[in-house]
Amino acid sequence: MNTQVNHDAAPVPLLELRGISKSFPGVKALSNVALRLYPGEVHTLMGQNGAGKSTLIKVLTGVYTPDSGEIMLDGKPIAPASTSDAQALGISTVYQEVNLCPNLSVAENIFIGRYPRRFGAIDWRSMQQQARALLQQLQIDIDVTAQLSAYPLAIQQMVAISRALNISARVLILDEPTSSLDEAEVNLLFSVLRRLREQGMAILFVTHFLDQTYAISDRITVMRNGEREGEYPCSELSRLALVNKMIGVAADTQALADEPLHDGAAVFGANVVEAQGLGRKGALAPMDFHIRQGELLGLAGLLGSGRTELARLLFGADKADTGSIRIKGKAKNFAVPRDAIAADIGFCSEDRKHEGAILSLSVRENIILALQARTGLLRAIPFKRQQALADEYVKALGIKTASIETPIGSLSGGNQQKALLARWLVTNPTMLILDEPTRGIDVRAKQEIMSYVTKLCRKGMAILFISSELPEVLRCSDRIVVMRDRKACGEYARGELDDTTVLQVIAGDAHVAGEAA
Amino acid sequence: MSISTPAGAARPATTSDGSVLHTILTHPLGRPVGALVLLLLVAFFTIPGFFHLEVRDGHLYGSVIDIINRAAPLMLAALGMTLVIATRGIDISVGAVVALSGTVAAMLIGGTMVMDNGVPTYVSNMPMGWALAAALGAALLCGAWNGVLVAGLGLQPIVATLILMVAGRGLAQLLTDGQIVTVYYKPFFFIGSGYLFGLPFSLFLVAAVFFITALLMKKTALGLFIQAVGINPVAARLAGIRTATLIFFVYVFCAACAGLSGLMISSNIKSADANNAGLMLELDAILAVTLGGTSLAGGKFSLVGSMIGALIIQTLTYTIYSLGVPPEVNMVVKSVVVFLVCMSQSSEFKQLLQRRKA
Repeated sequence: MNTQVNHDAAPVPLLELRGISKSFPGVKALSNVALRLYPGEVHTLMGQNGAGKSTLIKVLTGVYTPDSGEIMLDGKPIAPASTSDAQALGISTVYQEVNLCPNLSVAENIFIGRYPRRFGAIDWRSMQQQARALLQQLQIDIDVTAQLSAYPLAIQQMVAISRALNISARVLILDEPTSSLDEAEVNLLFSVLRRLREQGMAILFVTHFLDQTYAISDRITVMRNGEREGEYPCSELSRLALVNKMIGVAADTQALADEPLHDGAAVFGANVVEAQGLGRKGALAPMDFHIRQGELLGLAGLLGSGRTELARLLFGADKADTGSIRIKGKAKNFAVPRDAIAADIGFCSEDRKHEGAILSLSVRENIILALQARTGLLRAIPFKRQQALADEYVKALGIKTASIETPIGSLSGGNQQKALLARWLVTNPTMLILDEPTRGIDVRAKQEIMSYVTKLCRKGMAILFISSELPEVLRCSDRIVVMRDRKACGEYARGELDDTTVLQVIAGDAHVAGEAA
Repeated sequence: MSISTPAGAARPATTSDGSVLHTILTHPLGRPVGALVLLLLVAFFTIPGFFHLEVRDGHLYGSVIDIINRAAPLMLAALGMTLVIATRGIDISVGAVVALSGTVAAMLIGGTMVMDNGVPTYVSNMPMGWALAAALGAALLCGAWNGVLVAGLGLQPIVATLILMVAGRGLAQLLTDGQIVTVYYKPFFFIGSGYLFGLPFSLFLVAAVFFITALLMKKTALGLFIQAVGINPVAARLAGIRTATLIFFVYVFCAACAGLSGLMISSNIKSADANNAGLMLELDAILAVTLGGTSLAGGKFSLVGSMIGALIIQTLTYTIYSLGVPPEVNMVVKSVVVFLVCMSQSSEFKQLLQRRKA
């Protein structure tokens, strides 16, 4: 059911896509998709993983050439052949994964390729001034001469946005820009977007977060299975209806997502992993840690609070300066991840692209990699067994892939994440660390992953679950450790916490709920 | 883990027209093989009796045999280079290691004339087995040095191996005082110019190294791990792979191949020329790997492709010489052919062509 929206302010769309189709070997990614974008609006593109959002954006920005259909800008057909073509036409994009050069300065990143010049040479002073001015628009005050990599991902994202703004864009596309931002940063971003909207910019916003969609959007286009499901004014589409249209199954999905995964009647065994005074300078203040068999321990906290740092120490990805680790009572020393894997620990990194997936290897190879590494270089896992393992987990986790021999890089984010989860599940770990396993993936994949993980937990696996999404942590965890400023600042049993209290603890607000732990 | 088919084996049939031509064009080995066939055709039409083979003294003779025999040292070097490049590295010390290993062997074997029952014969200074072992040992040390610099100290491969590229040849020259060391001991000549079952012995050496390497890749997880490290070293480490050990190993392997290649070359020219032996061999090896379809960005690799790449280079050289083209022109012609082959592998170039057609 398509609702026609009459946009009073501008009857002619600034950007219009008609009948766009795009196929890849074995997959029809887009079929006959339409999209209209008016000046002065924030238009949200929603859909599950694999619904075709990313492909559509890549068509729009010249990364892919559509098989059929046309793109109109100001009523004239355009055919961007590259992202720079698209930029020249006034279409700028900020991608989900920050696409900048970490070893260049902030200012250079903003102006790369378009350096301000003076007498033919790069005018560094003017560049820095302009960069500072641009960032101040976003109310960010950082040293623009410092290396970009010195700043957290969230700031890097803001730099990417200010770069896009500087390209005097008329159309700004934001592909899941908020997946690595905390709430304050999201609000900041939204206030910037509102200002840009007033200035008449057309903004296409891709996100998975319902709250954010309703906070900022004027209109919503919903995609499903490579097709446009419909276009709706934001005010006329209820959340439940939206989720329905995205997923295409009967009503109670949102309710399902809110239902606790745990029945609260978990039975825990002995401590499987214990740490005393585990710490690393500049990353984590010495802290104690324990997790029991069959326990789902949630780590809540902001980016940089020490939650990922703790996980990396427990996995041997970084070396601890202080403290000791005991696995099932035996003292262990993890110098490299390999040692931790040998002690039956698995770790799904938060950075899927750089620390997880090996993009041009096949799904099968990615799934068996950790098991093969643990089995040893010389004892290759027989090919038949590799296939059987891959098939088993592709089925169990519902990984959508053309075949197990497809390169993992051609899968959607959620399916890549499932394959990486499978990589650790085949090693049958005692403790599995999941760092942001559901970041940037859709509601259904989230639900599938978390319910699978909870089942594993019931079977006795200890799960250390790290997530920025509080409701998710609250819903799934048996016990929650809240972290702030690189140390643990509270520990709570299931049911002791609600959203607001945790937020207060994370923010270091009041001394609520007792300084437990 | 694919050895002969770097990227394509697992690829589902891409388009509806499953013609043979299409399969050849899309198969990763299609282009290198095509280039080689094309070159051979050119040679066939321009050099009389190019494919003519005859048996002389129980040995097989002919241009093709000659090409393969001369390509043997390069093929060995290319084998080692393939694995290094697959880990995203590069080894530009191959030529220096060739010179060093050849020099060590030549100096230890040398050959002094003694009268045996009135017949002058040459004996080696040291048992040949020991001398060969020492030469290969020197090569392995070189590889270990590179490996420590790259894997242990984290130097950039091109800089790390640049050190040995300069030092290795320098050391060889020091050992020989800059002179050419001639070898008189006959058994040593067998490695580079001997015959076995009517075929050059060097062929068997290359085949043996190739099959052992291919088997290692197929029967162990080495191929998978090398690719994983080449594509994403951080993720590979987090998956439990000993990335440093693996990188160390490929540099040692590469140097071992270079050492063997050095023995072959010095045996073939019956001397060790520290100044010229293996000069620029590393560049030819890198070229052979690239021509074979392995990307310098690391990851997927093809051992067969690299072998074909080495044959392309040698066939080209042979054809140019046979056509009576002055040696000075050789370099230029070679670069043109290489340029064409690289263009045919460039996806950007293909897009450009398609756009022009459209």
